[in-house]
Amino acid sequence: MTLTSTDLLLEATGVSKTYGAVVALKSASLAVRPGEVHALMGANGAGKSTLVKILTGAVRPDAGRIVVRGRERTLQSPADARRGGIVSVYQEPALIPDLDIRSNLRLTETPLDPFRHWLRELGLEDVDLSSLARTLPLASLRVIDLARAMAIEPDVLMLDEMTAALPANLTERVLEVIGRQRGGDRSVIFISHRMIEIGAVCDRATVLRAGETVGVVDVNEGSEERIVKLMLGQIAEGLAERTTEAPAAEARTVMQPRLTARSLSSSSKLQDASFELYPGEVLGVVALEGQGQDELFDILAGADRPSGGELLVDDTPVSFRHPADAIRAGLVYVAADRAEALLMQRSVRENIALPFSTPVGHWGLLDLASEGRKVATAVATLQIDARAGREVRRLSGGNQQKVTIARWVAAGVRTMLCFDPTRGIDIGTKNQIYGLLRDLADAGAAILFYTSELKEIQLVCDRAIVIFGGRVTAEIDVTDADEASLLRAAYNLRSDAVIPELVAAAAASESEPAASESEPAAAESEPAGAESPAAAVERSHPESRT
Amino acid sequence: MPVEVAGPRPRDALASWARRNAWTMGLVGFFVLLLVFTKAIQPTYGSAGIQFLATSVLPLALAAVAQAVVVIGGGIDLSVGSMMALTSVISARLMMGQSDSVSVAVVLGVLALGVVLGTINGGLVVLTRVPDIVVTLAMSFVWAGFALLVLERPGGGSAKWLRDLVVGPLGNEWIPKALIALIVVVAIIWIPVRRSRVGLSIYAIGSNQLAAFRSGVPVGRTKVFAYALTGLFSALAGLSLTASTGIGSPVPGPYTLLSVAAVVLGGVSLAGGRGGIVGPIVAVVILQLMRTDMTFLSINTDLATVAQGIILIGVVMIGTLVQIRRARA
Repeated sequence: MTLTSTDLLLEATGVSKTYGAVVALKSASLAVRPGEVHALMGANGAGKSTLVKILTGAVRPDAGRIVVRGRERTLQSPADARRGGIVSVYQEPALIPDLDIRSNLRLTETPLDPFRHWLRELGLEDVDLSSLARTLPLASLRVIDLARAMAIEPDVLMLDEMTAALPANLTERVLEVIGRQRGGDRSVIFISHRMIEIGAVCDRATVLRAGETVGVVDVNEGSEERIVKLMLGQIAEGLAERTTEAPAAEARTVMQPRLTARSLSSSSKLQDASFELYPGEVLGVVALEGQGQDELFDILAGADRPSGGELLVDDTPVSFRHPADAIRAGLVYVAADRAEALLMQRSVRENIALPFSTPVGHWGLLDLASEGRKVATAVATLQIDARAGREVRRLSGGNQQKVTIARWVAAGVRTMLCFDPTRGIDIGTKNQIYGLLRDLADAGAAILFYTSELKEIQLVCDRAIVIFGGRVTAEIDVTDADEASLLRAAYNLRSDAVIPELVAAAAASESEPAASESEPAAAESEPAGAESPAAAVERSHPESRT
Repeated sequence: MPVEVAGPRPRDALASWARRNAWTMGLVGFFVLLLVFTKAIQPTYGSAGIQFLATSVLPLALAAVAQAVVVIGGGIDLSVGSMMALTSVISARLMMGQSDSVSVAVVLGVLALGVVLGTINGGLVVLTRVPDIVVTLAMSFVWAGFALLVLERPGGGSAKWLRDLVVGPLGNEWIPKALIALIVVVAIIWIPVRRSRVGLSIYAIGSNQLAAFRSGVPVGRTKVFAYALTGLFSALAGLSLTASTGIGSPVPGPYTLLSVAAVVLGGVSLAGGRGGIVGPIVAVVILQLMRTDMTFLSINTDLATVAQGIILIGVVMIGTLVQIRRARA
């Protein structure tokens, strides 16, 4: 089939952009047909976000042509792109927190009735439009953002990692609504790290690698393999090996736990968390959104104080009043959100040196030579691309996350608390982080590893605990930690129960009131349903990335 | 993708140093041009002019350093001028007609007082959580009020040795003592701070308070320390005012806002976390020399103030445009 540019809704060709010495886009092209959901894929640093910024008018390209409905356009600003029919929804909510929803809508001149219609479609009916944006939960804001974008009926709707912060039931709803856009006159450009979502809603995928479009793939059975291959290029083979060797779990011998939590609780979110973390192991933490894992990690990292329970480090009771106390006790924290961890305008070196692992010499001066060596070693160990190292904000997301880990590696890790450390990071960097965590554990460190990607548990962990309704409800050995059983455990269902999509969604919405009533055991009595549980789970989660 | 691992090569290090300090280098270049311009419009401008420039610039330069420290830490201190006035009148009143040993004690006492004033400012900001701009504005009235209680009208005196420290040339007629005093004082206090944990902590809390907290930086304590340091430099500025004029004045000069202007012109980000203290010092010298030039050109002083404001905006604007262009290129 040959397509002339008039058949296309949006066509970008030869788009390039450089920032100083860094080439963000070399020659990217993208062609979107009317009525399709088009995935834009690429590892972090491949140029995805730059291309999105160019298409939404936030950044001007150095070269290239952008044609919308057969007319060439220069997009001067996001408002300009909007007038041209291109609207995007980002990972971060774009609502003004101090205005109510109605004022936010007026700000973008969004018609109210279509907005309400899309809100209903997306399953969020009970939103009070006069409530301030800052008082609404993050997931609702994401959905409101999407409804607002859909209400003005853009020709091209761009969704940039918008499902990343959504709970499973809302994600499903969003995907369903997006899927229904197919076949019409309008198109959706869909960006997600989750392959399962791509497979569920997209017709075609454009794959970027190192600033270039390397392929356009029709999405169907088996296209995932091709997409991954295209995204990774020549390093794909090396990755496959790494993932198979990762779960090299030695049997734990009887030893002193590095960290012991006894009935830790905090407000209503964390009820009764008890577990032990041993030196030399990576202990996975599995939980649905909002089961108290955030509070648990805040307590362990010293950012928050527990309202009850006991915390022991090396069998000695501790109470942290400040993260500095936790760090002194050897508990260091790696956040999912790099903006929480880094000094964005400062250098890689200063960011790594910040926790002050460097010895202090005479007169309280830092030993700069020793600091320099430590930083260089950490940068080398983590293979950080520090060419733009003068200001951390110029690094790619993956490299930024490596810097947050590097600072603790430079300090000599004893106990590392990783809270979804690979969120929004490309596969290559993810694998490096997995390998690094394994190496640290093999060298005797104890690592607590919360992840929202169940697949990671088997890749990195020796065993996993499950948190549900603020309690540790299960412990699973890595050999049994396939995605199906983990998911079942995360929903606190009996091991022979089924999770058809509807039940899963119901469980997710039930878990919220349950948690606040301090009687979260309700879901345990979920009746076991049909006959082939594994098949059902696999059908709803066929994500296979490697 | 090649990964840079080892330490930078010397030439790269020099280049990266130049890039890091591009703004300050630009200011120095601008200053040199301004000197040439001064010489062109006033051929007699020479060593005497330089001496006068250095002496008159000293208090404001120290005030700019005081402001820079707290702004780098993500705060602001609107009481710098009032702290200068208070420390200036106390030193002038206590030193007048006293022996050298007493005046040494007075100087040390006043410096300690500066630290106390700054600590009070910082402590209030941290403990009450009232915005720093409000706290320090309110405290500026308090300090200015105390200054009037100490000395109703300009008066008092300075010890001769203190005056001799900052007025006049050192050896060569081209080297003003005030410049040496400035360099020595700032180097003795700032370099150890910058090179120690607390220095990086100040930059850290200014850059990203949450990240600093997560990394184990004691945010509150660091903030109080930054304000205390600002108090200390304000006291030094007040002392230098007494020393260079020979009297104490209870009415705060335009130092507070000029110090903010110098900090901005000196390349320190008002959002915190970026910049140094050399930039603001050079900026102060430029601001002062521009005023002198306008006197030479016999421009009306009111008009000169207008021109100063416009030049301030213009320079910062051009600098920002250059940075944006460089980021795009």
